[in-house]
Amino acid sequence: MTSSTTADARPTGLRGALRSPRRRGQVVRAVQYALLVAVVLVVALTADWGQIQRAFLDPEVAAAQFPSVLSVALLNTVTFTLLGFAFGLALGLVLALMRLSSVGPYRWLATGYIEFFRGLPALLVFLAIGTGVPLAFPGTFLNRYVTIMLALGLVGAAYIGETIRAGIQAVPRGQVEAARSLGMSQGRAMVTIVIPQAFRIILPPLTNELIMLTKDSSLAFLLGSTTAQQELAQFGRQALTQYRSLTPVLVAGACYLIITVPLGILVRRLEARTARSR
Amino acid sequence: MSTTPAAGDDVVVLDGLVKRFGDTEVLTGIDLEVRRGEVVCVIGPSGSGKSTLLRCVNLLEQPSGGRVLVRGTDVTDPDCDIDAVRRHVGMVFQGFNLFPHLTVIENCTVAQRKVAKVGKAEAERRAQANLDRVGLGDRGGAYPAELSGGQQQRVAIARALSMEPDLMLFDEPTSALDPELVGDVLEVMRDLADEGMTMLVVTHEMAFARQVADRVVFMDGGVVVEEGPPSQVIGAPREARTRDFLDRVLNPTHER
Repeated sequence: MTSSTTADARPTGLRGALRSPRRRGQVVRAVQYALLVAVVLVVALTADWGQIQRAFLDPEVAAAQFPSVLSVALLNTVTFTLLGFAFGLALGLVLALMRLSSVGPYRWLATGYIEFFRGLPALLVFLAIGTGVPLAFPGTFLNRYVTIMLALGLVGAAYIGETIRAGIQAVPRGQVEAARSLGMSQGRAMVTIVIPQAFRIILPPLTNELIMLTKDSSLAFLLGSTTAQQELAQFGRQALTQYRSLTPVLVAGACYLIITVPLGILVRRLEARTARSR
Repeated sequence: MSTTPAAGDDVVVLDGLVKRFGDTEVLTGIDLEVRRGEVVCVIGPSGSGKSTLLRCVNLLEQPSGGRVLVRGTDVTDPDCDIDAVRRHVGMVFQGFNLFPHLTVIENCTVAQRKVAKVGKAEAERRAQANLDRVGLGDRGGAYPAELSGGQQQRVAIARALSMEPDLMLFDEPTSALDPELVGDVLEVMRDLADEGMTMLVVTHEMAFARQVADRVVFMDGGVVVEEGPPSQVIGAPREARTRDFLDRVLNPTHER
């Protein structure tokens, strides 16, 4: 240390500390913590907590949402999501196999489908299927569940199809060669060897698709609904106008998180497992 | 080989086999026979076309010209049921290619069950017998990722044997192994040869070729340069290219 002649020890110490990258890193982290504490303090001290509680967390309003928020709204959201996911998964698998087909027109059709539905807002698809189809073809009546399954599934299939295709292509070539060398046909090798491995690879992104669909199921509100048909978003919206409080929206939001957060944890677990097995 | 056995004894016949990748001719008219019970080792520098030749036998590569007869069936004929031919031709790959989502025993039963339609109990009995044969009878419940490379390759051999093949193809089976694991795999292959299995082996293991092969084929630049008993091809090569290759393989530090 050359500046040891200075009487004031502090700046010297600081300058000395900042000389090494590790010391500099410590100082930067300390500053970040200080900033975080400051922001939390400012928010905590300046906010009007009573007003916030009345708006967001009114216990009486919250209590009034139960049990129908669970027994009707959450149940409908889960049902719509699973219907859409099941249809999307089946159609997605077909699209993925078409994308990998040796027959050109199948590839073009699948690519066209995927570009089309991936590029459209899900909201437009809901409008088209829920309102447009009955208008365009008078006399057709789509059951509400079927409508939602189609709308969610048609959009979901575009994403799921691309995910499955990537998974199939991620299975090493040698796997197919080994299967074929044992006498398996192309189709048998696909079903018994490739697809099971592909699904293992794509389980994390596929779970993300499920999370996306859970949220997209809220678009079912476009179709209109009776009280018994409401899913979470519609439920929250109606209760919002009824109670003039944000609390029902918050309750509905919490219900989405009940579904999506565990799925998110599952994705991270699956990713960790995949990373380990490599 | 001085004897000319009957054509029925030929398990594999390559007749003017040509393979092109784009404009590159990898195999330029190969003639080769493998007789029943014979062990033929194919040696040669990398890029000489040995693996391509092997992969043309069970049509993992589609030949560009010539004929490939396996057990008397012309596999280059578009009407040939290649899946039926492959059922009787085992193949062992450099990279093992075990099915990672199946246990060791399932690796050995899946093709029996799904392709040969063998019953569950019989398939498992055969699989167990072959796992015992390669010294891994106690690892049936393990997944491939839990095994060492040498063990995986032995399972791959047991998997191929479980289909009860008439011919085994080995594509550099020890090239991806750590040196200390090579011996176990070669020992299994030697036992197999002793039991009379017909084998076509692409390898860099000169000691194995010398001891086990009935015939050694030296390939370079897509042609068979020299072929004969190992004592001749490896022991006293006639061709300059063979001598040059063997000198580089057997004496890599150029000691005199």
